[in-house]
Amino acid sequence: MYFINFYFPSFDNKKNGGTELKVKQGFRVFGKEIRRNWVMFLMLLPAIVYFIIFSYITMPGAYVAFVNYNPTKGIFGSDFVGFKNFEFLIKNGDLWRITKNTLLYNVVFLILSHSFQIVLAIMLSEITGKYFKKVSQSVILLPHFISYVVVGVFAYNFFNYDNGFINSILVNMGMERFPFYTNPGIWKYIIVFFYMWKTTGYGMIVYLAAITGINSEIYEAAYIDGASRFQRIRYVTVPLLKQTFVLLVLFGLGGILRGSFDLFYNLIGTNSLLYHQTDIIDTYVYRSLIGSFNFSSSAAVGLYQSVFGLILVLTINMIVRKLEPESALF
Amino acid sequence: MKKSHQNGNSIKMSKGNRTLNIICYVVVGIFAITCLFPFALMISSSFMKEKEIVAEGYKLFPKELSIAAYRYLLDNPTKLINAYKVTITTTVVGTVLGLVAMSMAGYVLNRKDFKYRNFFSFFIYFTTLFSGGLVPTYILNVRYLHLKDSLWAMILPGLISAWSIFLMRNFMKSIPDELYESAMMDGAGAFTIYRKVFMPLAIPSLATVGLFLALGYWNQWYSASLYIDTPSKYPLQYYLQKMINQTNIEALTSQGHFIDAETLPTQSVKMATAVLTTGPIILLYPFVQKYFVTGLTMGSVKG
Repeated sequence: MYFINFYFPSFDNKKNGGTELKVKQGFRVFGKEIRRNWVMFLMLLPAIVYFIIFSYITMPGAYVAFVNYNPTKGIFGSDFVGFKNFEFLIKNGDLWRITKNTLLYNVVFLILSHSFQIVLAIMLSEITGKYFKKVSQSVILLPHFISYVVVGVFAYNFFNYDNGFINSILVNMGMERFPFYTNPGIWKYIIVFFYMWKTTGYGMIVYLAAITGINSEIYEAAYIDGASRFQRIRYVTVPLLKQTFVLLVLFGLGGILRGSFDLFYNLIGTNSLLYHQTDIIDTYVYRSLIGSFNFSSSAAVGLYQSVFGLILVLTINMIVRKLEPESALF
Repeated sequence: MKKSHQNGNSIKMSKGNRTLNIICYVVVGIFAITCLFPFALMISSSFMKEKEIVAEGYKLFPKELSIAAYRYLLDNPTKLINAYKVTITTTVVGTVLGLVAMSMAGYVLNRKDFKYRNFFSFFIYFTTLFSGGLVPTYILNVRYLHLKDSLWAMILPGLISAWSIFLMRNFMKSIPDELYESAMMDGAGAFTIYRKVFMPLAIPSLATVGLFLALGYWNQWYSASLYIDTPSKYPLQYYLQKMINQTNIEALTSQGHFIDAETLPTQSVKMATAVLTTGPIILLYPFVQKYFVTGLTMGSVKG
């Protein structure tokens, strides 16, 4: 069992590939190809145009991080200020705070969610009751289909001061109400809880597929050797899942600077009392743009995230290439 | 599942096995209930009497049931109907356009006789590695594409994704090349082959990608919050978010003070709105789930 290279499975397939074109003749060949296969080029065109407009054109626009943005002058007409925008963010401590939060949350998310997903996938695969299995799998996947806005509604339903579910229980038990929305400390647990709640089903299915892919002869051999069910899990399933786990976590590490914006924004919103422990890079970028229209500092943080994110992905890809060339992204 | 050896053997379960079984059922069961609980609480809260909510808070088992919240929403339906219209429009238009563009791209990138497929694959893939970021995108959309306050601002972002194109292409890997070749022999052009050969075979992957797209559009609020100013153009989720966020702040400022809620069923209306915006997803969920699982499985791991 191995990871397919999702993006470029055909790179090693030199026989049919088009990578051998020579630079000199490149353009002439390209022109000829267009004339010969114009229908295919035309069919590819919408997607290519889309990516040019919405991805490639905006890339040089990242330059806005180095200017004092003035809407009337445009990005490239505004005054160049060098690294001033970054300096400002480093000096006031914002950059460090949001980077730290983003990294910490993502590390916790990665570790907790993957271990829980594996445990749950193994347990589900051990369950023999067909009906129970089907229903519970569906139910566990359900949260994935719900928008994070609704997760925010759930949080309100649970934690709101005046009539939230938890506070109504506390009052019923004769205890004091707990002011969730003014208490930053409690939100890290709430955020982690809802993250697990929302994403476990998705990851569990990936692991479940990996378990299904394990050759049943291995289990039969283990059974003949007298292995108990627990031993079969311990010595067959778990070791065979290790590879999937390592790769998924590695790729997860590649995205460790990208925060779960939807989750954080819908739980915390614009409640500045909670920022200290819940502000991540993505919420900061969004708020700087929408809340205060501070284009320059928003762009600076955004570029910082993009560049270090790219470096991270490239590094991780190098590691994966060493470990298992077939699964490397490129 | 291929594990017939577990069901097949008729040997009595050992004590350890039984314990293992019980643990599995209990843990999976508890987590499944945890997944359902918020939905249950939301639904029961939406049927509560406003008086009871204000006096005792949201409950899983209210003393009395009431449909006042839903009646209120049906009596003042303009906003919700508008939001529904916006969401349905963006979902349908976005899903159709996205499917057409992405299936064509996936098809071309899957054709082995298309010389530049690796070049274009990388061209598309690179967009997932690096992006200009939110600010340049925002400036582009607002200043140059004039998308501010336009429904297109909610349709275009997320219309085409590298991941879905590759999913589609990989899905079609299993089609033997001979099928294309024999169609070409019969004189069919690239587009005819796409329409007559590729599309019918691609239905499962179209369903998967279409589901991803539609779900994304239905749950969309982010682009709306960036670009949409007119309340009548709010999509469902953004409308809901505005409603909840507003009250969060109200609740913060008035914390501990008595809120007079006799006149309007505000608290139950919030939950009822959430139910009505999420309802279609939950109703359709059992039918579409399997396409989703297929897509998920083939996108990540191969046995």
